[in-house]
Amino acid sequence: MTENLYMDNKLTAIPTADLLAECQRLKNDGYHIMQICAVRTPDGYELTYSFALEYEMVNLRLTITTDEEVMSISNIFSPAFLYENEISELFGVRIKMINVDYKGNLYRIAVKTPFKD
Amino acid sequence: MSTRSIVPFGPQHPVLPEPIHLDLVLEDERVVEAIPSIGFIHRGLEKLVEKKDFVEFVYVAERICGICSFMHGMGYCEAVEHTMGLEVPERAKYLRTIWSEMSRIHSHMMWLGLLADAFGFESLFMESWRMREKILDMFEYSTGGRVIFSVNKIGGQRKDMPDEMIADFVRILDGMEKELKTLANTFLNDYAVKSRLEGVGFLTKEQARDLGAVGPFMRASGIALDTRKTGYAAYSHLDFEPITSTVGDSYARTDIRIREIFQSIDLIRQAAAKIPSGDVAVPFKGNPTGEYLMRVEQPRGEAIYYVKANGTKNLDRMRVRTPTFANIPGLVETLKGCQLADVPILVLTIDPCISCTER
Repeated sequence: MTENLYMDNKLTAIPTADLLAECQRLKNDGYHIMQICAVRTPDGYELTYSFALEYEMVNLRLTITTDEEVMSISNIFSPAFLYENEISELFGVRIKMINVDYKGNLYRIAVKTPFKD
Repeated sequence: MSTRSIVPFGPQHPVLPEPIHLDLVLEDERVVEAIPSIGFIHRGLEKLVEKKDFVEFVYVAERICGICSFMHGMGYCEAVEHTMGLEVPERAKYLRTIWSEMSRIHSHMMWLGLLADAFGFESLFMESWRMREKILDMFEYSTGGRVIFSVNKIGGQRKDMPDEMIADFVRILDGMEKELKTLANTFLNDYAVKSRLEGVGFLTKEQARDLGAVGPFMRASGIALDTRKTGYAAYSHLDFEPITSTVGDSYARTDIRIREIFQSIDLIRQAAAKIPSGDVAVPFKGNPTGEYLMRVEQPRGEAIYYVKANGTKNLDRMRVRTPTFANIPGLVETLKGCQLADVPILVLTIDPCISCTER
């Protein structure tokens, strides 16, 4: 029988400045990236970075203003470049130093991005 | 001295049912780098959550993909049910499990057919899809649909399956299992098939982990993880282990998917033997509040459903991280060093679903 491994989503809010250090710590502990999700808030964005080690999932939460820049984590977790390009293009999140930067052309869509309304 | 050139692959290509584009950097016929582009069929489905209320949105979630339609609906419903603290009836959990495994069988059989078609084995393609029709017939019989099923709802299922119908399905699957063994023998032992798959497109265990690969693509590289083991739906009551291989090539990915079809048949048998009687849905009042990340093992691997609710009928956000999106970095890695002629097969071996990926 399978033990029910359902668990509450572990979520830790961190300051933007701590992002790289936290990611490096998770990388050293053997975690891999699962996804990055952006949510629009009245003042900016809420970014959720999800990581997994086997079945365990942990999430880091950044709350940033519209103009605030975030460092890319793609030099620590290389697959992050796709998620970062996506939230940069569709939401307008400003991300610095993505290792493969599509500069707003990951999605070949006719509608102007980011979607603000 | 070798000649360096860039060859565009896709978005339209005979082996691609859906559009993805790769810029392939070649040295003579050898791929040294692949740069992916997506976004030709982005539909903005996540944004629709601002226009549709959380109950209606189940229909949108089911339309993210025409192959994993059932599981997209279920994953979304389970995420919302967690934010509302809803406990789905046991029978509904078993129904979700049975329909999920039927989805896995038909998806894997569709993939086998596409793979056979890609290397020009037309009779193998037709045989795979002929057998897949039986699963689609079972879907039609139990849900009324062959592509979009609309049986999920927040709090349970819209339809029940009579016990006689479930017993009929098990009998059909018993017969199908025998035919599958013949089909599996051709896929795994035919000289022509092996020559296209063996030793092509390696992904090591370390690469699979570091690049965040999921599903059969990851398990073929020796990582024994399967999100069904987290116990959603009725999986915590069923006996199974993740199917793995340590080889990590295209042949191993085919082998994994074939063995997973047999595993799915076994899981349906187990569920049919244990499904309790009772209601298939619970009523609820009010709107969801809070957020939840739900993980579901789709045929292509782990999908993640994130919902954020604010107590109104419209969610703040619904996000899907699909398995193909997670497998793109791994695909790019497997392409490095392969021959140009192997690129179509390698793209297929992640079982790409671009509609899912772009939403």
